[in-house]
Amino acid sequence: MCLGIPGRIVEILDEDLLLAKADVSGVRRNINIGLVHNEDEKIEVGDWVLIHVGFAMSHLNEAEAQSQLQALEEIGEAYEQELEELRASQIE
Amino acid sequence: MKYVDEFRNGELARAVAAEIASITDPGRHYKLMEICGGHTHTIYRHGIKDLLPDQVELVHGPGCPVCVLPMGRVDEGIAIAERPEVIFTCFGDMMRVPGSRGNLLEIKAEGADVRMVYSPLDALRIARENPDREVVFYAIGFETTAPSTALTLQRAKKESLENFTVFCNHVTIVPPVRALLDSPDLRLDAFIGPGHVSTVIGCRPYGFMPEDYGKPCVVAGFEPLDLLQSVLMLMHQLRDGRCEVENQYSRIVPWEGNLAALKSMAEVFELRPYFEWRGLGFIAQSALKLSEAYADFDAELRYSVPGVRVADPKACQCGEVLKGVLKPPECKVFGTACTPEKPLGALMVSSEGACAAYYNFGRKSYEKVEIGTKG
Repeated sequence: MCLGIPGRIVEILDEDLLLAKADVSGVRRNINIGLVHNEDEKIEVGDWVLIHVGFAMSHLNEAEAQSQLQALEEIGEAYEQELEELRASQIE
Repeated sequence: MKYVDEFRNGELARAVAAEIASITDPGRHYKLMEICGGHTHTIYRHGIKDLLPDQVELVHGPGCPVCVLPMGRVDEGIAIAERPEVIFTCFGDMMRVPGSRGNLLEIKAEGADVRMVYSPLDALRIARENPDREVVFYAIGFETTAPSTALTLQRAKKESLENFTVFCNHVTIVPPVRALLDSPDLRLDAFIGPGHVSTVIGCRPYGFMPEDYGKPCVVAGFEPLDLLQSVLMLMHQLRDGRCEVENQYSRIVPWEGNLAALKSMAEVFELRPYFEWRGLGFIAQSALKLSEAYADFDAELRYSVPGVRVADPKACQCGEVLKGVLKPPECKVFGTACTPEKPLGALMVSSEGACAAYYNFGRKSYEKVEIGTKG
């Protein structure tokens, strides 16, 4: 549960509920963007974010996102399990 | 240096390792504590220890939220989960953590409605879908995870959901580190600060380490090279007699933290006067409970949780490992009565626990060193 995983925002779903759809290694699920989309900063479709338990925690640039993804793929099992849990998620 | 070839920046890693070696005083022993369980995992997974001079020792800190939860809180969660009206939701990591009478997976097999969720927002959806049941979310985690619980509760309040409560076990990172620094058991030279926690709280809260205790701290990222670079930054500070908080992970961690997260946390939570930590005992103002404004969502109030204190099994030495006094293989039951398949203590359950990380990855390098293939 302590992993942060990079995902790319593919759609802003609801500006009031602060929901967006993110793509994480091909898995597309809804996440909350309230911590990165507020009066201090905004995100847009195409941006990379670090996702933790269904919440975007921070902005990432693309190079950083790719680098973290590669590192996660190297750790193997824990990342696979995280993706498995993400697949079961249905945030509304 | 076998593991260095696995690094994507192998050349750079070699150069950093060589620089660390070159500024290490051969007559001195350095004890650096990595606070975060994610760092512990990376250190074992990539054999970082093998890249450091023998004089530089990495000591594992208390930064795994599953591991520091005392058995009494595990039992109380299980007692709530056993109530027939309750759907009990938690992260996957909690399912196999042993309580004094079994774990959540076992009571699920016996008929309790325990459901693993990826996010607290999934627990909220389950509450919406089951208006005739009581949905409880077992919230654990440091400041990395606490904002997600806070935002979920703000949403629950907005929707006036009456069948959703949170059993709050969120803890804060600074008080246990202070407790370790006050303890006579351990002499530490410097700290590798946690990465993801710091995206929320920023770097300022670590100021007490240099200011009150004269210990440097470097906030670090999670890739092997991040950790090596952080060790190098600490070694530079120690060599130069400097003592400050530095941010190696500035590409993600803002110095001031995430203001939106801190604002939500301030509304939803308040500090508990004290909280029990496995191995560290009771620490003042080290955990969060729901604030007055969110009392209706507090599972502890709805189910009158008694606050029982349960001692760890006698053979279990998780506490000593959590304090950094023992290394995982020095525990009496490591790898024998306590394994990832059948864990006796919480440090063997979570993949961020020092014992599970050591069991899965560390032993390999340890054995290699034993048979003389290091180098």
